[in-house]
Amino acid sequence: MATDESRAETGREAREAAAERAAIAVRPEFRSPSGGKKEKVFELNGVDVLYSGVTAVKGISLDIQRKDVTAMIGPSGCGKSTLLRCFNRMNDLIPGAEVRGELLYHGEDLYGPNVDPVQVRKLIGMVFQKPNPFPKSIYDNVAFGPRILGNKEGLEETVERALRRAALWDEVKDRLDDNAFGLSGGQQQRLCIARCIAVEPDTILMDEPCSALDPISTGKIEDLMIELKEEFSIVIVTHNMQQAARVSDRTAFLMVELDADEQNRWGRLVEYDETEKIFTNPADKRTEDYVSGKVG
Amino acid sequence: MEGPGAAMPRNRLAVAGARATTQAMLRNQPRGDVIRNAVFAGLLLLAVLIALAGLLALLIQAFAKGSSALSLDLFTNPPSTAFPERAGFRPAIIGSLELIAGVILFVIPVGIGAALYLEEYADSTKWWNRLVEVNIQNLAAVPSIIYGILGLAFIVRGPLDLGFILAAGSLTLALLVLPMVIIASREAIRAVPDSIRQGSLALGATQWQTIRRQILPASIPGIATGVILAVSRALGETAPLLLVGATVFVTFDPTPFSPDGYSAMPVQIFNYAVRPQEDFQALAAAGIIVMLVVLLAMNSFAIWLRNRYEQRW
Repeated sequence: MATDESRAETGREAREAAAERAAIAVRPEFRSPSGGKKEKVFELNGVDVLYSGVTAVKGISLDIQRKDVTAMIGPSGCGKSTLLRCFNRMNDLIPGAEVRGELLYHGEDLYGPNVDPVQVRKLIGMVFQKPNPFPKSIYDNVAFGPRILGNKEGLEETVERALRRAALWDEVKDRLDDNAFGLSGGQQQRLCIARCIAVEPDTILMDEPCSALDPISTGKIEDLMIELKEEFSIVIVTHNMQQAARVSDRTAFLMVELDADEQNRWGRLVEYDETEKIFTNPADKRTEDYVSGKVG
Repeated sequence: MEGPGAAMPRNRLAVAGARATTQAMLRNQPRGDVIRNAVFAGLLLLAVLIALAGLLALLIQAFAKGSSALSLDLFTNPPSTAFPERAGFRPAIIGSLELIAGVILFVIPVGIGAALYLEEYADSTKWWNRLVEVNIQNLAAVPSIIYGILGLAFIVRGPLDLGFILAAGSLTLALLVLPMVIIASREAIRAVPDSIRQGSLALGATQWQTIRRQILPASIPGIATGVILAVSRALGETAPLLLVGATVFVTFDPTPFSPDGYSAMPVQIFNYAVRPQEDFQALAAAGIIVMLVVLLAMNSFAIWLRNRYEQRW
């Protein structure tokens, strides 16, 4: 009885603390109006991911809405990156990877027999954890996507537009022919975002895009995400809970689950809701413990 | 009279003592260590000197003997059995150039193709792919005379039945250096980080587009270095050529498919060197100088290319 009370007490404290933090972090002007029903980009029904027969993520069911920033948070090894890589079939590149369950993209089965993963990746772009510019000029980095798609007309305008939308144009417009490796880490990551949006995808996946960056570069990329969601649906995996609170509309919290004899571990979706709710009034105790910093 | 004044000398003493101890600890390296260090450094230097001494002796000897025979006539005159003062290397030089041209034509597409397949397409968890990998390593260590026998049995005679023509010699040399090219190309391709492949594929590039536009351009310097080193090896090979028809004495300019025979620089040098006359031996030494200069230049160019253009990730 006494222990229950004290747990409830700390729980409330934690909730209040989290609410306070979220209140500072969340910028209401960027929130999409709640209530209005949005189109779904992805619908997952009981998705499992296995590597060489070993389950990495189990039973994920969630809908991702169009022109939202959707964040996936959770401790290391909870499978959030694994799950993200299902959305553009990057898991296909890993030998032995297998995706089970239903994963719909605008109502189409993404893993259907007639779906070409190359076409999928044209529609669903990806930004990686570590900036990975190509060893080419800044211009050629951005032009790479349009070139392989055969969109050679107006290439210069396309490159400029992509760089402007990635908030990089002013910093690089005088040195487009310089090697991209000469840019700072934050600039390289924005270049990767420009490269991604130059092919006009529908959705952008971001796999911990700021984990290798300093706070100022991180802030720029976060601002960029909020601007980009006007045009794109964004799914971001992040280690950083404050980042999820700052930029996302909806948040999915994943956790590591162990089987009975603690031999196998896999990622499991614990809670998925409006970001505000996840950070201020989560339904699940484990979410609350995580967002309040008690575990993880 | 206890006070700050009285404490001062004692403090100073303590500081001085501590400093002396530190100095002693810093200076007194055990004598055994000093000697061992010197002995090992000396032995390692000796190893370097032995390696250099071989090259140096070769250069000195070749220059001492051959400098008198060095002239432009070497490049323009055909060999002669009777007049060493008029004999040259012209057919051998042309033969060698044609041989390595054939090697390059064969080895670049096949070597890079094999390397790309093994690195980008082959599933290295499958046993047959691992078997291929191990055997390519083994092939690089097979003695060149064995390749000569292979060339004789399968290219000159046997299934291809080309006869003793220059193209057959070229093909034999190409097979000899192919493993070198494959191994060097694979290393260059493997040095391209996976993040580049993923970045390209994530933009909707196909695997071939990724290879053609990202992997190959990034690995070309490494591949070129491997090809140059392989070609310089082919240029210096003698043994397999003797088996596949590099005739020792040819006075005309060889052509790739002529059945009249052909010659190559190392073969011609060998031919001059075994003759008893001093003058011919000087001629052989002059040929060695020419070959050394060409080979050193090629190898230096390969090293320069690698250092200049190799991508650092």
